[in-house]
Amino acid sequence: MTADKIWTLVQQGFIDTLYMTIPSTLLAYLLGLPLGVLLVITKRGGIRERPTLNKALGVIINFLRSVPFLILLVMLFPITRVVMGTSVGTRSIIFPLFVSAFPFVARMVEGSLNEVDSGLIEAAQSMGSTTFQIIWKVMLPEALPSLINGAAICITTILAYTAMAGAAGGDGLGKIAITYGLNRREYGVMYAASIALVVMVQVFQMIGNILTRVTDHRHR
Amino acid sequence: MSEQTPMIRIEGLKKTYGSGQTAVAALSGVSLTVMKGDIHGIIGMSGAGKSTLIRCINRLDTPTEGTILIDGQDILAMNPKELRAMRKRVSMIFQQFNLLMQRTVAGNVRYPLEISGVPKAEADKRVMELLGIVGLTGKVNAYPAQLSGGQKQRVAIARALASNPEVLLCDEATSALDPITTQSILSLLQDINRRLGITVVVITHEMAVIRQICNRVTIIDGGEIVEEGDVDEVFTHTRSAAGRRLFGIVSTEPHDEPQFRDAIRIVFDGDSIDAPVLSSVILKTGLAVSILSADVKQLAGKRYGQMLLEVPESYEDRAKLVTALRDMGVTVEEVHLS
Ligand SMILES: Nc1ncnc2c1ncn2[C@@H]1O[C@H](COP(=O)(O)OP(=O)(O)OP(=O)(O)O)[C@@H](O)[C@H]1O
Ligand SMILES: [Mg+2]
Repeated sequence: MTADKIWTLVQQGFIDTLYMTIPSTLLAYLLGLPLGVLLVITKRGGIRERPTLNKALGVIINFLRSVPFLILLVMLFPITRVVMGTSVGTRSIIFPLFVSAFPFVARMVEGSLNEVDSGLIEAAQSMGSTTFQIIWKVMLPEALPSLINGAAICITTILAYTAMAGAAGGDGLGKIAITYGLNRREYGVMYAASIALVVMVQVFQMIGNILTRVTDHRHR
Repeated sequence: MSEQTPMIRIEGLKKTYGSGQTAVAALSGVSLTVMKGDIHGIIGMSGAGKSTLIRCINRLDTPTEGTILIDGQDILAMNPKELRAMRKRVSMIFQQFNLLMQRTVAGNVRYPLEISGVPKAEADKRVMELLGIVGLTGKVNAYPAQLSGGQKQRVAIARALASNPEVLLCDEATSALDPITTQSILSLLQDINRRLGITVVVITHEMAVIRQICNRVTIIDGGEIVEEGDVDEVFTHTRSAAGRRLFGIVSTEPHDEPQFRDAIRIVFDGDSIDAPVLSSVILKTGLAVSILSADVKQLAGKRYGQMLLEVPESYEDRAKLVTALRDMGVTVEEVHLS
C-alpha cells in the first residue's frame, strides 16, 4: 500500500477514534462527576452523610468496573440498539464506552475530592455555606488540578477502549490496526495506526499535564 | 469595656465521642457565660476539651446534652437554615488558617460575601475595606501559598469579619506562629474587639495569650471548668491545680505550712513598678536570691508576668524576703514546687 493511501486511512481512523472518544468521555463525566460528588458527600463523615446510599452506589460502581469492556459491549447489545438506534458501527460504540467509563470517572472524581483538606470544608461550614455552595465553591475548585489530571487519565483510558472496540464493530485506529495487521498482514498500516494512537495518548496527557500545572495555585 | 449583657450562655454542656466501651467524654457538664464586648480566653492543657467546646458554640460539633444560647437564641433548636444564618453572626478562625488555596487573597475574603449574595461591586469595595483593617491591601492578588503564616491568619481574620459577625471564635489562632507574629495577630484581635465591638473567644494553651489580650478567662481541665474570672484576679490568685500547672507551678495545696514551701512566686499584674524589684530587694535584705524561672512582659509601660525565686534556707530570711517584696508592692506567694 502506498504511503498516500496509508495516510488517508490513518486520517479517517483518527477522526473515527475522536468521534468515539470525545462524546463518550463527555457523557461519562456528565454522569460520573455528580456520582463522584455524591460518593464523597454521602460517605461517613461527609457533609451529607447517607451511609446506605453510599454503599449501594459503591456496589453498583464496583460491579460495572469489574466487567471487562469487551464483555460489557456484548452484554449491552440489546440496550445499545434501543438507545443508539443501532448496535453496529462507530456510533453504536459510544454507548458501551460511556457505560464502562462513567464508573471509572466517578471513582477518579471521588479520589480527587477526597484530597481536599477537611479543614477547608469545615471553614466553609463555619461561614454558613449551603451544601451546594461547599461543593461548587470549595470542593470542586480546590480539587481542580487533580480533577484535570484525572480527566487526562480517563480520556486516555477511553481511547484505549476504542481500540478494543475495533474488534467488535467500531471503526477507528484500533480497527485499522487489527484488520490490516492481523488479517491482511499489512504491517505498515498496522504500525502507522498504532503510532497515531500513541501520539493521541501523548497529546491528551500533555494537555492534561499543562492544564494541571497552570490551574494549581497550592504551591509557590 | 463590657456592657455586661451575655453574648454566649452555655449551660450543662456535655459532649461524648463514640459510645459504649470506647466512649470519650470530651466535655462533662460545662457552664459558661461570655459577655458582650469581652475578650474571653479559654485555656487548658492538650485534650482538655477546648476545641470541642468552641466547636459546639457554632455547632461544628453537636453536643450530647446541655444548652447554648447565642444572644438569647437556642442554637441547638435551630433548623439548617437558621443555623447558617447564625454562623454568619459567629465567625471562626483556625490554627491551620484553612484558606482556600485556589483562591487569591481577595477571593478568600470575598467568599462569605458571595455565599450571601452581595452584589459584585459592593463586595469588591468591602473586600478592600476588610483587607485594610488587617493591613494586607498589598497582597490582594496573591495566593495563600505565597503568604507567610501571619499573613495567612490576617486573610482568615478579614474573611471572618466579612459577614459583620458579632462573635469571633479563635481556636489556637496563634499556635502555628512565631512569638513576634503572635504578638501582631493578638494586637489585631484586640483592635478588632475595640474598634468593631466584636466579642472574641480565644482558645489557647498559652497563658501569655490570655494575659496579653483577654479580660476574662476560663480554665478548663478534663472536660470541666475549674476556674473562671477576670484575668488579673485569676492570674494573681490562682486557685485551681490546673491553673497553677498552666502557670508552671505545681502545687496542689497553695496554703501549705511554711516549712514545706521552697519557692516564692512574685506576680506582676500590670501595676507600674518603676524600681528594679530584684536588685532593690537584694540590696535591702542582703540576701542572695536566685531566679528559678521568669516570664515577664512589658506591655504599654506595665509589667505582666511572674517570677519564681528560690527561697533562703532559714525561716527568718524567708520572712525578710517576703516582707521586702511586699513592701515594694508586688504580689508575693509562697509555693511548693515538685
Ligand atoms: N472526633 C473525635 N472523636 C473522638 N474523640 C475526640 C474527637 N475529638 C476530640 N476527641 C477527644 O475529646 C477530648 C478533647 O479534645 P479537644 O480536641 O477538645 O481537646 P483540646 O483541649 O482542644 O486539645 P488540644 O490543645 O490538643 O487541641 C480528647 O480526649 C480527644 O481525644
Ligand atoms: Mg484543640
